[in-house]
Amino acid sequence: MADRSVQGAGIKIKNLYKIFGQRPQAYVEAVKKGMSKTELNEDHGHVLGLRDINIDMPAGCIQVVMGLSGSGKSTLIRHINRLIDPTAGEVIIDGADVCKMNQNDLRQFRRHKTAMVFQKFALLPHRTVLDNTVYGLEIQGLSREKQEEQARRWIGRVGLKGFEDHYPNQLSGGMQQRVGLARALTNDAPILLMDEAFSALDPLIRMDMQSVLLDLQKEIKKTVVFITHDLDEALRLGDRIAILRDGEVVQQGTGQDIVLKPADEYISSFVKEVNRGRVIMVDTIATQSGAPSATGGVTVKTGTILEEAAKTMTDANQQYATVIDDNGKPTGVISMNNLIQAMVTPISHLTSKAAAE
Amino acid sequence: MDWFYSFPNMNDDTLRNLKKTMDEGFKAFTRQYGDIIESFFQPLQYFLIQAERFMTTTPWPVMIVLIGGIAWIASRNWKIVGGTILTLLLIGYFDMWSDAMKTIAMIFVGTVVSIVVGIPIGIVMARSDGFQRMVNPILDVMQTMPSFVYLIPVVMLLGIGKVPGLIAVVIYAIPPMIRLTNLGIRLVDKDVLEAADAFGSSSWQRLRNVQIPLALPTIMAGINQTIMMALAMVVIASMIGVQGLGQPVLRSVNGQFFSLGLFNGLAIVGIAIIFDRVSQAYGKRLQKHQEVVHG
Repeated sequence: MADRSVQGAGIKIKNLYKIFGQRPQAYVEAVKKGMSKTELNEDHGHVLGLRDINIDMPAGCIQVVMGLSGSGKSTLIRHINRLIDPTAGEVIIDGADVCKMNQNDLRQFRRHKTAMVFQKFALLPHRTVLDNTVYGLEIQGLSREKQEEQARRWIGRVGLKGFEDHYPNQLSGGMQQRVGLARALTNDAPILLMDEAFSALDPLIRMDMQSVLLDLQKEIKKTVVFITHDLDEALRLGDRIAILRDGEVVQQGTGQDIVLKPADEYISSFVKEVNRGRVIMVDTIATQSGAPSATGGVTVKTGTILEEAAKTMTDANQQYATVIDDNGKPTGVISMNNLIQAMVTPISHLTSKAAAE
Repeated sequence: MDWFYSFPNMNDDTLRNLKKTMDEGFKAFTRQYGDIIESFFQPLQYFLIQAERFMTTTPWPVMIVLIGGIAWIASRNWKIVGGTILTLLLIGYFDMWSDAMKTIAMIFVGTVVSIVVGIPIGIVMARSDGFQRMVNPILDVMQTMPSFVYLIPVVMLLGIGKVPGLIAVVIYAIPPMIRLTNLGIRLVDKDVLEAADAFGSSSWQRLRNVQIPLALPTIMAGINQTIMMALAMVVIASMIGVQGLGQPVLRSVNGQFFSLGLFNGLAIVGIAIIFDRVSQAYGKRLQKHQEVVHG
């Protein structure tokens, strides 16, 4: 291991297909040859869940899978710990194919390699916060002292200290999901699966939980697979994002890639609603030429988002700024003009929106 | 057109022969296996006799304190405990103490047998649709068949006495136990089950940590129903020699003794109410965590 701080394990999903119905195997070949989702459904009564999914999730990163309801994102995340069996394809984790494990290996894999957070929390209502949190370790058969020691630590880390003896019913939605998160983290598995974990929470609490997750991730560096239908959430959390539509990956890459180079109309229709100033970084608009002499000594670091750069520049009352890298070496120049141009939604998006209305 | 107005039934001789064959067959079966079957139920008889001896030989003040104590532990409610003690005192005052104790012993053993046999059957039913399809019609028969009908073969096999009475009580009282265990487990929240799976629970861990605890309110309702139905069976069971409050009721029907029937009938009602309130209060107390809701 080059980087010891990375605890996660990479996940490789290869040529994954899922067909729901009585005889899925019978139609895999046809689907591979290009049978459409509609044809499969109307002529053969089978539902295409996932088609040819290939995603390489590096260890220690947050991989977001985004899509609207019915896009297959929840189906996809359930293939990683095989709560759903695939029709064809491979899910490789630590060199082992999850899809080929026998029941016993699969149970061990779920106990030690993965932990999951659910949209509807899925806490045990008859157990207190503490007893819910120890669940994974209890299943593993650890001693009660060890279970509690770990559980109390994580309950504290997610901000629920003092609530150990409360029942889930006594807590608000946000607090319940903190319990869900603590339960998953207590398991100390390298892979954390989050299935629309924050979707049931109201916007402020959701932002709050996102911050909790990002803070924790700096420390735990697990491989997080995060499912969401919210692009803002995807952009805020995701080191990498894959966008799913009708069971197929339509684009994958960093948030920058997706906002700046949407692969098709479908994605641009999402992207146009995004607050670009909070996503795009100065690097993408910096130019080598320009007027370095006129920057007036204002510098912004690479990786700064446009909104922050704009604030720095207006505070200093300057039209230009120099972009510098981590070593303080200048890499380019940005102008207020460029900045504003990049922040406002491109015309193409506006016209497509107007045409739609 | 004769066949149109009178149903073309089986030939009288054929029917008589059929019945005769069946009766003789069963009689032969009884002669052959009666002893084996009787010895099979020996432990049950022992359990029943011990329970009855304990209930009838313990001095009445000790019994009242004991039953009151159980009511308190189960319900934590002084009203229920008070009602229980008052009912028992009235039963004793009207000279029905020993009959009432015999009945309670019978109900207790019948309920324990129903729980021990019924819950595992209910669990298997919840896990297998095939088994459910097989058991459901049997339960329907057990619940709708007039109890006198299955008393006949039971008496032929085991004679008159406590054990055949107990079997009749269990046959009548066990269906709600099985049905509600099955239902309770099937209704457990799929999301929570999925979470248990995702953390790698074995099927035993899933059953013990998730399915049974979450099905418990329904299972408790099943136990409550079982107790009530066992009590309802007391009078019928008295026809085959089960002692207790049913005997005087039976006697009063035969001899048209209105007051004797009324008193013993009310004693059965009183015991039923005690069992019902205490078991329900206990069931509710197990669900304490559901009452305190985030507001």
